Amino acid sequence: MSDERPMIELDMVEKRYGAFQALKGVSLAVKKGEKVVVCGPSGSGKSTMIRCVNRLERHDKGRIVVDGVELTDDPSQIEAIRREIGMVFQQFNLFPHLTVLENLTLAPIRVRGMKPAEAKDVAMHFLERVHIPEQAAKYPGQLSGGQQQRVAIARALAMRPKAMLFDEPTSALDPEMIKEVLDVMVTLAEDGMTMICVTHEMGFAKRVADKIVFMDEGQIVEVAKPDDFFSSPKSERAKLFLSRILGH
Amino acid sequence: MRAIVWARANLFNGIWNSILTLVVVVLIARGLWEVVQWGVIDAVWSAPDGRACRALSNDAGACWAFIGQWNRFILFGRYPYDAQWRPLLVVILFMVLVLASCDRRMWRAGLLAGMWIFGLAACFILMGGGVFGLAKVPTDLWNGLPLTLFLAVIGLAGAFPLAILLALGRRSQLPTIRALCVGYIELIRGVPLITVLFMASVMLPLFLPAGVTINNLVRAQAGLILFYAAYLAEVVRGGLQAIPTGQYEAADALGLGYWRKTSLIVLPQALAISIPPLVNTFIAAFKDTTLVTIVGLFDLLATAGNAITDPEWRGFYVEAYVFVAAIYFVFCFFMSRYSRNLERRLAR
Ligand SMILES: Nc1ncnc2c1ncn2[C@@H]1O[C@H](COP(=O)(O)OP(=O)(O)O)[C@@H](O)[C@H]1O
Ligand SMILES: [Mg+2]
Repeated sequence: MSDERPMIELDMVEKRYGAFQALKGVSLAVKKGEKVVVCGPSGSGKSTMIRCVNRLERHDKGRIVVDGVELTDDPSQIEAIRREIGMVFQQFNLFPHLTVLENLTLAPIRVRGMKPAEAKDVAMHFLERVHIPEQAAKYPGQLSGGQQQRVAIARALAMRPKAMLFDEPTSALDPEMIKEVLDVMVTLAEDGMTMICVTHEMGFAKRVADKIVFMDEGQIVEVAKPDDFFSSPKSERAKLFLSRILGH
Repeated sequence: MRAIVWARANLFNGIWNSILTLVVVVLIARGLWEVVQWGVIDAVWSAPDGRACRALSNDAGACWAFIGQWNRFILFGRYPYDAQWRPLLVVILFMVLVLASCDRRMWRAGLLAGMWIFGLAACFILMGGGVFGLAKVPTDLWNGLPLTLFLAVIGLAGAFPLAILLALGRRSQLPTIRALCVGYIELIRGVPLITVLFMASVMLPLFLPAGVTINNLVRAQAGLILFYAAYLAEVVRGGLQAIPTGQYEAADALGLGYWRKTSLIVLPQALAISIPPLVNTFIAAFKDTTLVTIVGLFDLLATAGNAITDPEWRGFYVEAYVFVAAIYFVFCFFMSRYSRNLERRLAR
């Protein structure tokens, strides 16, 4: 039964910013090991949805359950859930006053209570997995955008999360750096990580996604397997979106 | 060579600029020459009393003999003469503490706290005596430079943590805490330091129960801490505002709680950005300690003012104030240089 329980479950989640309703009853279940790609026009509520999952935004209505724990206002529960979910941002958000290695070891030491030596081993392991162990002693400002984003992925992985959230991880990158980041994400997906990725990289979506979630105006309009979604989207809005994004 | 090119391009480009440059150069040179003449060439370095000193210098030069005679009083005031090695040691100890704290290798909370607690305890014991066979010296005899350093260093060291809490409180999500911090900061900033000192010194005892007294020095020190904290809090808040929300979100997403996020991610960056305005406030605060004279404390400026009223050496105020100014300058210049150095090393 425990394996059938979703890793992340949203049930009729609503979110308002003042008078504006950004999420209008969103329901989604992500199983362990499942990879979900979220797409949709800008302002459709993609970021808001995944930011609700680790409480960077507080949802107003509905239920969010992560690994069997429901998100409430209880701070210790929020922190418990955040420990288990890694997040990668569009703008990397590395800590500029710390070295790459310190960026990776900070949370494992301070939050997980790991010994510094062990945290360093873990950090180096993940830096190798994102192919930049030689940058460990540098500061984020000395790295390229692609390298920074790979460090950000490694930083999230160093906490050994049960699931990863990606919010347009390649949108702030120069084109020649997108591939190095996507390659890391593909490897991660192949290793069985549970992932929710907001991205417009349709090649990536085709390759790794178990399902595609299409959002518009604060609602999930369509959920489909990648092949079905790209070849025959059901809704008019998805068709319009795809024609724009694929450029024909 | 480059200097010549630069000068031609900037100072001598055209007839009017050239004339202006020459006039300014002549004026500066004359001014400097007069200072050197007064301070060195025509100066008198030793004389038995003020009248003799005046006669020797023909009233044209400085009378440094006055400083020779009075420097110990200006530096240590009425502290018992034979025991003045104690305040001297305190001054040195203060400088060692400050210099050691400036070294980044010392920047560990436990280490710094321990060093300062022991260092300050040693300072108090040396100054006040009463133990280890040191004669007891009441605080009203703690005068001059050591008093100035006590007020400034303890004032700033005490105000800084308070300022950080106030700045964080002002950005708190909790309305009560935010209102309290805003109220405190705005109240204190709206009032001159003299008023705060006066309140601490004169009004506070009125509210205390009969028989309870608080030492005047402690009251003034508390007043300074409370005053500096409000100003420093606004400087720190400026730094906090410069931290992008992405930094908070990244820390949140990793599960760092509020205090870990604040102490490990937000404050280190905010304080590094704030170094120039912080040091600016430190320097102003250091000089503002001179206002404690109005509550009867005898700081470096007060001892100098007192020295020039001596009947035998009446009226050598320029010499006295140049001497005191030089001491203030050394400390302030050190702060300024150190901050530039730190800024450069923290920049990335
Ligand atoms: N902090 C906020 N305050 C007010 N409105 C917001 C805020 N964050 C997002 N929104 C609004 O919510 C809507 C959804 O935003 P977002 O989830 O970021 O969309 P997406 O990531 O799909 O582009 C947008 O219209 C946006 O303007
Ligand atoms: Mg977005």
